[in-house]
Amino acid sequence: MAGIRGYWTLAAAAIAFRILLLFCLPKDFHLGSHPEITTPLTSLRRRTSPVACSWRKVTGSSRRPCRPTQVSPFPRVPTGERAELVRCIMAPLCYCQFSGPLVLKDLKGDLLISTADFITATLIRATGKKLMLSRYKHLQILNLSKLVETSGFVDSGDFAALMYLWNPMTIVICIGSSTSPIDNLMVVMAIYGACSRIPPLAAFGWVFAVHLSLYPVILIVPIILLLGYGLDAPPSKSFLLKNSYARKNSTLAKIQVNSGTSSQTDKAINHFSWIPVLHFALWVSVWLGYVLFLSSISLKGIGSITEMFRKTYGFILTVEDLSPNIGLLWYFFAEVFDFFRNFFLIVFHVNILFVILPLAIRLKHRPCFLAFVYIAISSMLKSYPSLADSTLYLSLVTLFSNELADMQFSFFLFCGYIAVSLFSPVMHNLWIWRGTGNANFYYATGLAYACLQTILVVESVGSMLKHDRLLRKTVEAEH
Amino acid sequence: MAALCRRFTGFHFLLVLVSLSISSLVFGDWIGDDEGEQFTEELLLKPLPDRKVLAHFHFQSTAHPSPDSGHHHHLFPKAIAQLVQKFQIRDLELSFTQGRWNYENWGGSDPISSTNAKPPGVELWATFNVPVVEIDTTWKNLTHALSGLFCSSINFLESSTSYTTPSFVFGLNVSNIRYGALPREAVCTENLTPWLKLLPCRDKAGLATLLDRPSIYKGYYHSQKLRLTSTKLSGIILEQTLTIVLQPNIQRNSAHSLLDGAIQPSWSISSMFKRNLTGSCVLARTSRILVELEKNIVSKLEELGHGGSWSNSLLDLSPNPFRVIKEVNPFPEESNSILFEYVNSKEYEPLDVGIKWKLPFVWSSPHAPFHASRFLMGSGTERGSIAISLQSTKSDEYFRSKSNECRMQAVVFQVVPWYVKVYYHTLQIFIDQKLQNLSDVIEKIRVTPSEDKKLPGTLELVLGYPCTVQSVALTLDFDKGFLHIHEYPPDANQGFDIPSALVTFPNLHSSRIYIGDDSSVHSPLLLKFQEKNVVLSYTEVLLVPFTTPDFSMPYNVITFTCTVLALYFGSLLNVLRRRIGEEERLMRSKDATKRGLIPLIVSKITSKLRGMPRSKPLLIFAVVLSVLFHYIVN
Repeated sequence: MAGIRGYWTLAAAAIAFRILLLFCLPKDFHLGSHPEITTPLTSLRRRTSPVACSWRKVTGSSRRPCRPTQVSPFPRVPTGERAELVRCIMAPLCYCQFSGPLVLKDLKGDLLISTADFITATLIRATGKKLMLSRYKHLQILNLSKLVETSGFVDSGDFAALMYLWNPMTIVICIGSSTSPIDNLMVVMAIYGACSRIPPLAAFGWVFAVHLSLYPVILIVPIILLLGYGLDAPPSKSFLLKNSYARKNSTLAKIQVNSGTSSQTDKAINHFSWIPVLHFALWVSVWLGYVLFLSSISLKGIGSITEMFRKTYGFILTVEDLSPNIGLLWYFFAEVFDFFRNFFLIVFHVNILFVILPLAIRLKHRPCFLAFVYIAISSMLKSYPSLADSTLYLSLVTLFSNELADMQFSFFLFCGYIAVSLFSPVMHNLWIWRGTGNANFYYATGLAYACLQTILVVESVGSMLKHDRLLRKTVEAEH
Repeated sequence: MAALCRRFTGFHFLLVLVSLSISSLVFGDWIGDDEGEQFTEELLLKPLPDRKVLAHFHFQSTAHPSPDSGHHHHLFPKAIAQLVQKFQIRDLELSFTQGRWNYENWGGSDPISSTNAKPPGVELWATFNVPVVEIDTTWKNLTHALSGLFCSSINFLESSTSYTTPSFVFGLNVSNIRYGALPREAVCTENLTPWLKLLPCRDKAGLATLLDRPSIYKGYYHSQKLRLTSTKLSGIILEQTLTIVLQPNIQRNSAHSLLDGAIQPSWSISSMFKRNLTGSCVLARTSRILVELEKNIVSKLEELGHGGSWSNSLLDLSPNPFRVIKEVNPFPEESNSILFEYVNSKEYEPLDVGIKWKLPFVWSSPHAPFHASRFLMGSGTERGSIAISLQSTKSDEYFRSKSNECRMQAVVFQVVPWYVKVYYHTLQIFIDQKLQNLSDVIEKIRVTPSEDKKLPGTLELVLGYPCTVQSVALTLDFDKGFLHIHEYPPDANQGFDIPSALVTFPNLHSSRIYIGDDSSVHSPLLLKFQEKNVVLSYTEVLLVPFTTPDFSMPYNVITFTCTVLALYFGSLLNVLRRRIGEEERLMRSKDATKRGLIPLIVSKITSKLRGMPRSKPLLIFAVVLSVLFHYIVN
């Protein structure tokens, strides 16, 4: 059960490696323009453009002007501006992010992103520790410590954190001036806050994750489950089974004093507690009010909040930007007949929404795992996916490495991810730069990537359910 | 009786019509002169330094506002009058251009180049007298009306992605101006014919008879322009100009056969246009031909000792001109350009104006102080940069005024379609190859960033820099957008055209002053030359190659994507729905009665057959046999 020795040195090395890369790479090394790394939503370059124009106007501070100040103001900048930009102007995060006038040139933004990576990893590690403790506790209650000893007990928290820090994709994204590490940080913060039952933190993370990219909105289900039921546990049925066996034994053996174990199992069956959920709701409203207040301040004289929503969430939901990314939707909506566009927009988003309820019903005893599944699904079906989303769920899946030990196709998936991350830039280069390939080559890697993610999600859900069944069976077998 | 009555009224009506038309014919001249409906036709011919000839046709119709004229016009085209009335047009300029004006050889600072050098394709701008909220709809309706009137696709300017609202480029600081350009519009005779229909004599009489389609479309540059100005005071003024640059056929000159290579080609109207000019349009108030000799030719003539003469050792102007009009220059030590005027009035004898060069002679046209050009940088189809460069032409005129305080102003106006996503924060300005601080160079800026599928990006910029500067360069980075397959033009792999940028020099004017001759005042063309026009130049149209999706793939993409989605949704639901325990129990219970598939089918068939009458199996057998036979035969 001991953690990985030298975790902190490894983590520090990861951060040092990033900073080293940031300093050593030449300035014209355009990692940020790769579609695998940045999307229209997370590209610093695309965000900087309007920010640079309206920065002075918005903040009114005495920062160095990026445009001559005596110039006539830009009357139409924000109204005629690309979606993500307005959103960025208002986010307090972006305020610190853009504290340098043109971050792209400065290292400040990159350093901030490295720090975000580090905090994310630390939070993942803390979540992992909590999950591990709860698992150990529950298995002890079920008298299954034997299982722990036979299957071995990996410190999944350390693993997941290092997986996040040393994943080559994360490193590339960190130095590719993409803002997605901050989105990831917010998501992880929400999950950690819910795991450790700190409603303010969970609400903060959730509200800002939703604010930065719409899709984490579905995480409200696992967060509420986490706050209500507590951490992941074997299904309550196995506890009930255990309980009934214990009672039966006790009545058969006529032993009077054994109520200790049964009460313990009773305690292990989590009952939904409303108080943290209500706290969470309260804090969500507080943070929402805060975000909207900040937005309205920064949008003063530029536009209205509804316009902001239309240009941020509308931009995400209607897939307006058809530039290639590793998803499927860009090519689909570039090719599909206009007549069917709205229909397919609904179909794709409904595909995310329709599985929320079945998953929540089947996995309600494992809210943390549920959160992982939701993140994986949304990163597969989101309109502008990038590898940054996959780094998050790949590190989250390692949190459950003990439960998912007998998952199938893991080697295949590993090879598949490597193949896609190698082929995708090659095909992109062939198509865009050399002109020898065409869009179908790149789309094919996108298809392969979507299939891989499907397999990952389906297999992990299947093996998690199988694991729960195994637990129940062992409980049954013991008696 | 009724039929007779009807015939009578019909006859009566005819009579009235005839009498009306006669009276209009009789009094037409009088009305045209006095009431202010005027039509003039003029042609300016000018030899160009690179062995070409510029021909500039100028037709002007005016309709003075008068309460009793109402909707009826004698000379003025009714279509245009209705257009002006319907859309409340204050100013309008529409040009169809093929080819690019060569600013280096054909001049950059004279009135012709600053008013008639136009970007390739169609350019349209208009100001309206309507409230601000109605301007966009008025503009859209106007584009449709014009595209019908001129048989062209001006209606593409209707969508909000193709027009813009410049704020200070056109000098008018107004919000009711709209500007749009279609760089890829091909211009041909179908645009010229409706344009000619607006002339009272069409191309049946007068100067317009010279417009022989093969010879004018063979030229190097062809720009047909329509300029409308409408005010309450002066009524509607319609200027129709056609500017063409032609290469005259080289007429072999036996006396100078050795020098034929170096000598300028001699030309005449009949040799260039393959038509003879006989008589003017009777409805035209004036009909004249002007031949202009640039000041560099005149200075040479003065050197040779015969300034202002039309027949000398250098060149011969073939019919003797009616009058010589001289330009007045603010700098008296310099020579000025000369205009030779011919009045086109003879009915039967063709007026064949021409120049015969006798000696080889090289001169240069007056340049604008800076030559503007625009080009693309970068490779690949993902991103690139637009660069606009202004190169000093070192024209002596501006070197003379060179001093330390001299400051040059240049206004850059550029409209970029939304799919070229320009990052305006990457604007860099280099002066003499040195990167400048933006606030030192930019005096005024207005940026309208593009909005996907809604607005084009517009950049208006006033640069101020010392006159002694050799080169100014602006760069802007952009990303290339990706479009829906239906948004690509027919030949998508060719690329997209970005309309010409416009560079104006607001403190330089191309106006000419002519010696106060009363008759010259009556020439609308010369009046036009005397107007104070800003020197401007259009840059090249940029061709941006774009990435294209596979146009043949829509069905494949839809099926593939939907398959992957179905795979995900189906397998996930299957995993969630599955009850392994239940399945195992079912399997266990079935194990007892397990039977193979084939025995099951056999048993089913036999059980069915057993219940049938004797003839049925035979019938089925026959049907199966016949089907088999059919397949084998086929």
